[in-house]
Amino acid sequence: MVQDKDQTTLPDKKIRVLVAKPGLDGHDRGAKVVARALRDAGMEVIYTGLRQTPEMIAEAALQEDVDVIGLSILSGAHMALAPRIMDLLKANRQTNVKVFIGGIVPDEDIPRLMEMGITGVYGPGASTEDIVKDIKNAVK
Amino acid sequence: MDLAKSVLEGDRLSLARLLTQVENKTTEGSTALDFLFAHTGRAHLIGVTGAPGTGKSSLVNQLALHFRREGKRVAIVAVDPSSPFTGGAVLGDRVRMKDLSGDPGVFIRSMASRGSIGGLAQATASVVQVFDAAGYEIIMIETVGAGQSEVDIAKLAHTTLVVEAPGMGDDIQAIKAGILEIADIIVVNKADRPGIESAEKALKSMLELAHPTRRVFRHHGDLIQTPLSKSGEGDGMMKSESPIWFPLLQRTIAVEGKGITELAGHIARHKEYLHRSGDWAVREQARLRSELDAALQSALMDQFHDHLSEAYFHQIMDQVFARTLSPSEAVKALLHGNPAAPASSKPESHESSHSAEKPGRIK
Repeated sequence: MVQDKDQTTLPDKKIRVLVAKPGLDGHDRGAKVVARALRDAGMEVIYTGLRQTPEMIAEAALQEDVDVIGLSILSGAHMALAPRIMDLLKANRQTNVKVFIGGIVPDEDIPRLMEMGITGVYGPGASTEDIVKDIKNAVK
Repeated sequence: MDLAKSVLEGDRLSLARLLTQVENKTTEGSTALDFLFAHTGRAHLIGVTGAPGTGKSSLVNQLALHFRREGKRVAIVAVDPSSPFTGGAVLGDRVRMKDLSGDPGVFIRSMASRGSIGGLAQATASVVQVFDAAGYEIIMIETVGAGQSEVDIAKLAHTTLVVEAPGMGDDIQAIKAGILEIADIIVVNKADRPGIESAEKALKSMLELAHPTRRVFRHHGDLIQTPLSKSGEGDGMMKSESPIWFPLLQRTIAVEGKGITELAGHIARHKEYLHRSGDWAVREQARLRSELDAALQSALMDQFHDHLSEAYFHQIMDQVFARTLSPSEAVKALLHGNPAAPASSKPESHESSHSAEKPGRIK
């Protein structure tokens, strides 16, 4: 195909992130802001859009061989959705994938989510710099 | 190698992981490609290209549903652009392909273009090869939203669809060289939008103006063109007496699934034509030849850099920056200079730049 030596010297190993919105709420601004921030941090973001089932998310994560999944959940259904997604990842032998949640999550739920194997939880006002830094640290 | 074997056994996780290795051009990936090569050459590669927002992803979604109803396994490679500044990317083609979720006979892989400018990523051909070896009968390759000259897809795919939509330009756009020329089938999507009549008319008149030629990419990207006898010209369909394909035009409304059966019929006819005319083999050979050329080029480049002293290279570059040596003189100096002795080579190389006029030194 196109041979341009200078342009192919981009770093070969890219962090691949699936950004998905499980559940029924229709607000994807936060997910888009995060997707854009990760893009600007040099990551490859696979954006899947609204109303994804846990099965759809796990399947996309497998096909895309992502390093990280970012879930945006504003509906309050995180305690139902997160364990389902973690189980499916396990069933697919994708235990290496780090899962982050952004959205509206009450403080008391955070320890329980971490116990399930979620790597990080971010509420309103979280800085995208922190998210980028945490992702880079998690996939090292 | 284990990965490649599990891919042949149908393991989807291994397939996904091997695609990553291939995309990152790792040694493991390239060894696996060598191993899998003998299993390739079976799939029908369908390229889908066109400007951003014309509906490529929605169309791919619908075509995949159609091929699934025919019982064929479908792989989709969807390429979106990488940022030239950060190298990051947002790959959003899956958003339009939700209908395919949950079907084990479909595998979708998003790729970032990673600096490549022809509409595909450098590793796209290799990714397609892995899908081919894994037994996917239909592989659809969706290019980045393409403008006028991103025509690499025509070298990779057997059948190229160019997707247009109403309001994308007038009849002058339609007669420009470039992307429309590579279409085996032109799809006018969003046919429910205003302007569909004039868009179709402009594209049709472009097809009628065309001098029908046999269009096969050669290994250096130039076309083998065979002029056609007058008898074959006509209504945009293939004439039985001449083995020439006239690009077809199909209206679709992808989001409603309209025109998809007809489009799939055209695709099947094009495949049949490729086999009947012998163009299938010609295209395959041209593609393999260009793959080999590209691999050779990059291997020679690596070899060259391995044997070149960094200091000498920078000396030459400095002379180019100072404009005492032109780039083509620099190439001669680099190819014929003495890389072993960088310290003493400066005056020599400068001399060789002046002696470049002498025919004896060039060859």
